[in-house]
Amino acid sequence: MNAKTRDKVATAVIYALVSVVVVILFGIIGNILVSGVPHLSWHFLTSEASSYQAGGGVRDQLFNSLYLLVLTMIISLPIALGAAIYLAEYATDNWFTSLIRTTIEILSSLPSIVVGLFGYLLFVVQFGFGFSIISGALALTFFNLPTLTSNIEQAIAGVPQTQRDAGLALGLSNWKTIRGIVLPAALPGILTGVILSAGRIFGEAAALIYTAGQSGSTIDYSNWNPFSPTSFLNVMRPAETLAVHIWKVNTEGIIPDADIVSAATSALLIIVVILFNLGARALGNHLYRKLTAAKS
Amino acid sequence: MTNIMTASDVHLSYGPVEALHGISMNFEEKELTALLGPSGCGKSTFLRCLNRMNDDIDNIKITGKITFEDEDIYGSKMDLVKLRKEVGMVFQQPTPFPFSIYNNVAYGLHLAGVKDKSIIDQRVEESLKQAAIWNEVKDDLNKNAQALSGGQQQRICIARALAVHPKVVLLDEPTSALDPISSSEIEETLLSLKHEFTFIMVTHNLQQASRISDKTAFLMNGDLIEYGSTEDMFINPKKQITSDYLNGRFG
Repeated sequence: MNAKTRDKVATAVIYALVSVVVVILFGIIGNILVSGVPHLSWHFLTSEASSYQAGGGVRDQLFNSLYLLVLTMIISLPIALGAAIYLAEYATDNWFTSLIRTTIEILSSLPSIVVGLFGYLLFVVQFGFGFSIISGALALTFFNLPTLTSNIEQAIAGVPQTQRDAGLALGLSNWKTIRGIVLPAALPGILTGVILSAGRIFGEAAALIYTAGQSGSTIDYSNWNPFSPTSFLNVMRPAETLAVHIWKVNTEGIIPDADIVSAATSALLIIVVILFNLGARALGNHLYRKLTAAKS
Repeated sequence: MTNIMTASDVHLSYGPVEALHGISMNFEEKELTALLGPSGCGKSTFLRCLNRMNDDIDNIKITGKITFEDEDIYGSKMDLVKLRKEVGMVFQQPTPFPFSIYNNVAYGLHLAGVKDKSIIDQRVEESLKQAAIWNEVKDDLNKNAQALSGGQQQRICIARALAVHPKVVLLDEPTSALDPISSSEIEETLLSLKHEFTFIMVTHNLQQASRISDKTAFLMNGDLIEYGSTEDMFINPKKQITSDYLNGRFG
């Protein structure tokens, strides 16, 4: 085989492999959307889940998923950002730093069911939070922190050293260089990391089954007092999310339309994740422009 | 002519390896001094001592004395922000921040606490004119500076350094990453500015040094070999090794 044929074969193999990936991805997403979207309706989105009869919705599950995502991000983003800045900018190359990095790598490959059981023992039982949104959010924080930290660290480390030098040469302190130059430059990468982990959080079921619980309490969306047991904002109430709902109707659900409900819920889950990605990208571009354009 | 910066017996070592073996030289005000020498001779390292850019490197040890306007820049009373405002720097790779052109140039002014918008506007325009890029960007000041060409980016960086009215500007091979046309534009810019600022420039380009510098220093293996007026040095070098280098026999 001469070089030219070899090049052609290699190209063909690469194209074939990428088509396998594309076919699998489009197949899965297409299948979910095709079987789920026809069952999506306003009624489905705005009514409570039903326990015995057909025709229930996922209003509370949808809200719970979003609420858990927001809470998890509020808790984990500052911690991950701080840790990532430390690792990328301050940590020196020594055994302690490599210990941190190894720990992060190990934690990020921890199965989520293990995180869930750990969260059950620590938050639900030990801290007495019960099956609650806050237990779920804390478990998801544990689940999310390693990946988010290393994503943000990579984004920060990707900013060229010359940018830091230029900042220092203008008389900026280390911190001002990080805040004023490195972070804005790393923002698109940081946002990609946040989006990726948001998708993971939104679709997570195993870590939540033992922490946020599987039952929905009665929720009152007009009750804005977060300490009231029926308020939708109460973080101590148990909360079933979309992903957990899919798992539940398929394993122990006794509703007659379980197939339809789980197909529609899966489609909804995917659509929300896509919308969230697009929204975060738009927000990222807006933020980036705002941070980098002239202040007038 | 007055001295603006003086280095006396500057030694620098990274761990056990000494990179500069005692460099002593004076820099005259409002002149362009070129630092020449083969790769690895320590010229960039020496340049970076002049505004303390080497401070954060691990295991580094600097001895000797460097004064700026008769003040010891490594002294305990030295304010690093003030020093770097007076002694600006332009790097080999253009380093515009990911901001608009306007904000890049205004950054040092914001940092120096200048709040008055009209003063900032005027300084931005003045610096962009000095860096000979005003005409190309004046209608586009809100454009991201990283979207410009390499030569334009480098002139934005020069404007950014000039905006805070430094007395000395250190240039670390400012044209080596640029194409010949952009390089000659930067050279023009430096020539027209050298009566207002003191420039200290590291360069690999012998022709560039002979075209635009007033004084030339030749460094090799961490030693200052020869230092004098550019004309003398290029026409009549005192040492054989300088002559060999300038004639392209090595390096």
